[in-house]
Amino acid sequence: MRDRRPHAVAWWIWAGLMAATAIKVTNPVVLVCLGAVVVSVGVLRHATASRGASLRIFVTLGLVIVAVRVAFQIVFGQRIPGHVLFTLPSVPLPSWAEGVSIGGPVTAEALITAGIAGARLGLIVLCFGVANVVANPRDVLRALPGVFNEVAVAITVALCFVPELAHGIRRVRTARKLRGRPATGIAGMRGLAVPVLEDALERSMDLAASMGARGFGRVRIVPSSRRSVLCGILAAGGILSLVVGIYGVLSQASPIHVGPELVLVGALLVTIGILGSGRRSSRTHYRPAPFGWRSLICASSGAAVLVGISILGALEPTATSYSPYPLSWPLVSPWAVALVAVGLVPLLVSPRVDVAVASSMQRPQVRAEVRA
Amino acid sequence: MIRFASTSFRYGINQPWVLRDVDLEIQEGELVVVVGPTGVGKSTLLKCINGLVPHMSGGEFSGDVVVDGRSIENHRPVDMADLVGYVGQNPSASFVTDRVEDEIAYAMENLGIDPVTMRRRVEDALDVMSLPELRDRSLGELSGGQRQRVAIAAVLAAAPKILVLDEPTSALDPGSAEEVLSALTRLVHDVGLTVVVAEHRLERVLPFADKVIVIGLHGEVHIAKPEEAMERSPIAPPLVELGRLLKLDPFPMSVRDARRAVVDLSAKLGSTPIPPERPVGAESVIDVRGLDVAYGSLRALDDITATFASASITAVLGRNGSGKSTLLNAIAGLVEPTKGSISIRGHVPFSLGAKERNGLVGLVPQEPGDLLYAQRVDEECTTADHEHQLEPGTTKRAVTNLVGELDEARHPRDLSEGQRLALAIGVVTACAPQVLLLDEPTRGLDYCAKRSLVDQLHGLRDDGVCVLVATHDVEFVALCADQAIVLAQGELIASGPARDVVCHTPVFAPQVAKVLAPMRWLTVDEVEEALWHS
Repeated sequence: MRDRRPHAVAWWIWAGLMAATAIKVTNPVVLVCLGAVVVSVGVLRHATASRGASLRIFVTLGLVIVAVRVAFQIVFGQRIPGHVLFTLPSVPLPSWAEGVSIGGPVTAEALITAGIAGARLGLIVLCFGVANVVANPRDVLRALPGVFNEVAVAITVALCFVPELAHGIRRVRTARKLRGRPATGIAGMRGLAVPVLEDALERSMDLAASMGARGFGRVRIVPSSRRSVLCGILAAGGILSLVVGIYGVLSQASPIHVGPELVLVGALLVTIGILGSGRRSSRTHYRPAPFGWRSLICASSGAAVLVGISILGALEPTATSYSPYPLSWPLVSPWAVALVAVGLVPLLVSPRVDVAVASSMQRPQVRAEVRA
Repeated sequence: MIRFASTSFRYGINQPWVLRDVDLEIQEGELVVVVGPTGVGKSTLLKCINGLVPHMSGGEFSGDVVVDGRSIENHRPVDMADLVGYVGQNPSASFVTDRVEDEIAYAMENLGIDPVTMRRRVEDALDVMSLPELRDRSLGELSGGQRQRVAIAAVLAAAPKILVLDEPTSALDPGSAEEVLSALTRLVHDVGLTVVVAEHRLERVLPFADKVIVIGLHGEVHIAKPEEAMERSPIAPPLVELGRLLKLDPFPMSVRDARRAVVDLSAKLGSTPIPPERPVGAESVIDVRGLDVAYGSLRALDDITATFASASITAVLGRNGSGKSTLLNAIAGLVEPTKGSISIRGHVPFSLGAKERNGLVGLVPQEPGDLLYAQRVDEECTTADHEHQLEPGTTKRAVTNLVGELDEARHPRDLSEGQRLALAIGVVTACAPQVLLLDEPTRGLDYCAKRSLVDQLHGLRDDGVCVLVATHDVEFVALCADQAIVLAQGELIASGPARDVVCHTPVFAPQVAKVLAPMRWLTVDEVEEALWHS
């Protein structure tokens, strides 16, 4: 099972590239197809049952984003001329508040534009939600090269800390309820915050002690050499080139025309820099998940969607972009739909979720009792 | 293996000494138990072994501790990581990763052990602590006992020569505790591991000990064979007290030794009737009928029907995760029953307002400190009076009745475990509830504090209060409970007088009952009284 699933990093790359595709697209048909693809992958290939259950939250979140965006457009949005659907009572605003309005005529064009913008944003959130459903983000952190170990541990600890904190708050609230004291108001917040923070502080001391006692930070000391300085410069330059390149690729109105080239060069430089400095750490990795051909296919399917849609957009703009002026049905391009469907390829290279495993995961406590 | 050379330590210049001129030596391959009243510095002594004290704690340190040739003066805990494995009091606070397998591998990854060896050692550690089927589970889903075993496996895998454990069984039910301890003994015997363990429940660890370190109230420290140490230790399990009472020789360290030594006593006691069952109050206070509580798909309580009488103490027994806390929470009105009903004197606790509920039922949670939030003891008492609209001074009186005068200017967090628990009980009982619920109250209490708690509860019972105590501590049950119920997987599997219930199975039987079985004596006091009469 462990080896037959694509690597967590591959899943996250796939999801990231699907999100990047969503940014490039304004055609609602293509957006809906993208959404359908990522959700079906999430449903069919979730990592564990509890992760699968969280998919619903991300779908809801995506829809809420669309709804909020549209609602804002109706109430506060810029008045776009066009076919008026209905008119809200408007509040006149002084001239310096240009661009913002409250109420007024609401046009179909404005609603469509807002809906598409909201859908793109919601889709990006959904893509990362699905990534979270199909692969544990901690597995991604585990796969980071040695130099990132400290950062990865800090993030992991923080991720564990949030549920612990929530647990602490629940416990203290229960105790306050027992004493019949409301947990509201400033006095209530103080009564809640003091024990929870004391608890958190104590826990972090315990954790620091445990990490120290278990050899955290025991690295081979290598004096700063010319090589490590070079690696640092390479990595920094690479990151800069990556950032500028990604901006060039994703922004429609950017003056940078060598985006893809910059991304490639940047990625190369960063890889060399990281691998070079990674040699300094004496840490070893326990059972690193292999990044095999399945992972490669999974990640490249995302890249294929992004590249394909970009090329299609350049050849036939209406296939991927849509403007409500004049008001018309969006073009349904079979090419675009087929390209987006390439995003389903990970389904072919990952095994079906084992139903028996999934159902037993739902009742961990009961199993725990039998064992204990 | 471990040598303390005139080691002294205190947390600050103006603080009292925690350890003073400690000189002792622990040999390789020994299992050593550290014994002492609460708050005398057992944890501090343990932390010296891998340098957490003084490197992490700060404070004033003099003398030296040398472990396998490494002095802690110039070795930080990190430098000791391959030599000493340390498991603190709260294992879940020590977890760095989120999966069982990764957690076990974590120390080895830091030590740079090669992947092949690492893989084998993880498998071994999983086997030794009987965890193989939990390897892929998330740490958050585990029960207390499982977490404890994972924490031990996580340090074992790094193959240290010394294992240091601070209260490894305090959160565990008797069955899980035995499992952990027998795994440790196996390691001592098979691998020659040196184990140093601090524990309040001596009855659990003493049979396995090679040496005992006794820490006195003023930081004086002795190391001796268990028999010698126990003859004069201020802290002693019931078995040792029985040995002292009967002047047994050789001094028994295990139930088996004691059984052989008391053959003639059995004949003498056989003719004496066991104390009669204490009559409980006539009226039933709590009436639970067909109670189900479910959290999502998990059924925490399954069709519980029981009544609890006034002026009685009922022990709620069962392993970790069997639904004990849920039952108490449901009676306290914190959890809504999914099905069935709970009534306390005709009231439904869940639907009551805070004020009426507090006058009816009080719950002291597992962490009694959660109930306290003032900065000083006296402030805590006046706040409680104010909140419950009681006459000023009521809470203070309740607390004083329980434990005598507490230092009013102290912060509740600075009180000893026993005093803090008493303060919490005082705050809850100030409203004179008819029902008092205690969840796992004996955690971290030494025998004296436990005895004081028993007296407090007996006092409340004599005032007519119906007391329910969820606990793993069978010795405590033997001392204080009249009735007992046993839960398993959310179902009620046994109920009745405490003597019948605990003597029924060896898992729950207290030491005296095990020694004198099939006679059903529970405590040393009972035996003493019977001998006095006969």
